[in-house]
Amino acid sequence: MGWSAFRVAIAQFAPKLGDVSANLSRHLDYVDEAKRANAQVLVFPELGLTGYQTQDLTLEVARHVRHPDIQRMIQASRDLDVLFSFVEETDDCRFFVTAAYASGGRLVHRHRKVYLPTYGMFDERRYFAPGDRVRTFSARGGQAGILICEDAWHLSSPYLLAVQGASVIYVPASSPWRNTMAASEFGSHAFWRQLLQMYAQLCGCFFVFANRVGYEDGVHFYGGSGVMGPNGEWVAEGPASESAMIVADLDFRDVRRARYTTPLMRDERVRLVLAEIEEAVRRRSTDEAGD
Amino acid sequence: MRPEIEAKLALNPSLVTSVLTGFLRDEVTKVGFQKAVFGLSGGIDSALTAFLAAEALGRDRVHAVLMPYRTSHPKSLEDALKVVEALGIPHTVIDITAPVDAYFEQVNRVLGCEASALRRGNRMARERMVTLYDLSAAMNALVLGTSNKTELLLGYGTQFGDMASALNPIGDLYKCQVRQLAAYLGVPKSILEKAPSADLWADQTDEKELGFTYDDADEILYQWVDLRMSPDEIVGRGYSERLVRAIVDRVRRNQYKRRMPIIAKLSGRTIGLDFRYLRDWGT
Repeated sequence: MGWSAFRVAIAQFAPKLGDVSANLSRHLDYVDEAKRANAQVLVFPELGLTGYQTQDLTLEVARHVRHPDIQRMIQASRDLDVLFSFVEETDDCRFFVTAAYASGGRLVHRHRKVYLPTYGMFDERRYFAPGDRVRTFSARGGQAGILICEDAWHLSSPYLLAVQGASVIYVPASSPWRNTMAASEFGSHAFWRQLLQMYAQLCGCFFVFANRVGYEDGVHFYGGSGVMGPNGEWVAEGPASESAMIVADLDFRDVRRARYTTPLMRDERVRLVLAEIEEAVRRRSTDEAGD
Repeated sequence: MRPEIEAKLALNPSLVTSVLTGFLRDEVTKVGFQKAVFGLSGGIDSALTAFLAAEALGRDRVHAVLMPYRTSHPKSLEDALKVVEALGIPHTVIDITAPVDAYFEQVNRVLGCEASALRRGNRMARERMVTLYDLSAAMNALVLGTSNKTELLLGYGTQFGDMASALNPIGDLYKCQVRQLAAYLGVPKSILEKAPSADLWADQTDEKELGFTYDDADEILYQWVDLRMSPDEIVGRGYSERLVRAIVDRVRRNQYKRRMPIIAKLSGRTIGLDFRYLRDWGT
């Protein structure tokens, strides 16, 4: 068994739109604060280094992983693991919404957002290229995975990580508050809470949700970050709408018990799923150019 | 209003208040301002804005401007003063009669005809806008909008007049939701209960002028705009076809009022089309 428990900290804050250096120094402050709290992993929200609606600022705020700002964040992982998110530029000048996991001063894993929403108020695919893989990586806590915001609204994403054996799934997000006014409904906020609770139980793993706060042109990001345990109960919950550092202890014994009690992932028929997906894709592509 | 629609439009008032006051604090201060200024008419929309602003920024960082015209109903000023008193906020009364009358005296002579009530009303709304933007500079305070979602959609307002502002906390609330939130925040009863009126001429009421009630408008707009039902579908649910068409046409006809002026595209990067930055750029 690789681990028994570790402490995670979530930096729930409001990035300054387009101001990478201000956000970088905010990040480094949180690194210090998380160290003082004896956290072993610190998680930042989606696009914490740039702000969310970068639009035509994308060209200015994009950073190659070799850029000193990104190297600075990687170096900040010497004493604790750091998961941070930025606009990543590649050698061939594509731009991704990326979350990087750094540990011991090294870049361990990069997840590039796979699902870039373009419906309703969203316009991400206009500026960004989509990532093309959903992979786990070895981290504190055994196998871990990252899903950035919209990635997690696709049913297959947590499934892909779970079949690879993830025991912790990190979800950095910039989720706007919407459809949330009615007394009888809780819109995006409730959707996230239900989704995380159900996923954690179905996958038998922890979910670490890091959502930003603040406003961008009247769009409100509600926060509500926290850690959901494999039994579907919150291990820690952050406040709505205000900056906070949320700290929680993740105990692997919870994963072990949940997977023994309800061994859904053990019983997965992965080859059946694969065969049926291939068949579905084959049928779909005869009607239309589906991908 | 049908009970199922009414339930959908019922607010969680404390949650909405916290988002809207957060919005005012954040969007005012991050552009370098500390204060907000707004017109206070004695109606429910500007009263709600006043209550939200006072809660968001503190009573000494908001300024209410009361701008009566000689034909304004005396009750309007009286109700506006009730809001000022209830909140204990600073206020200024600027009578717009002299500039508006001076303008029409000249223009009526030049054009050789009497201005219509509509023109006079628009001129008053714009005179108020001009006054607020001047006081904005004088007081170093951002101008708050007081138009609700129903009137913005219906285009029941004056372009560059009462529709102009730097930021609007209530523009995504239907009229019936304005009423709920106003009641929750303690807007004086006489304001909650009176018939909505632009008060641009004697005996004007919004509902008389529109030809339908705000409740009707809210009910149909919610299904068309928010639930994305087609007008035919809404009629199929038992609403009057004439009413549905009247509302839908009005929204479409007034789209121009909700947009910045359109620009003839020549270059590769045209403002409003492919020059895309949030207004919060650099804040």
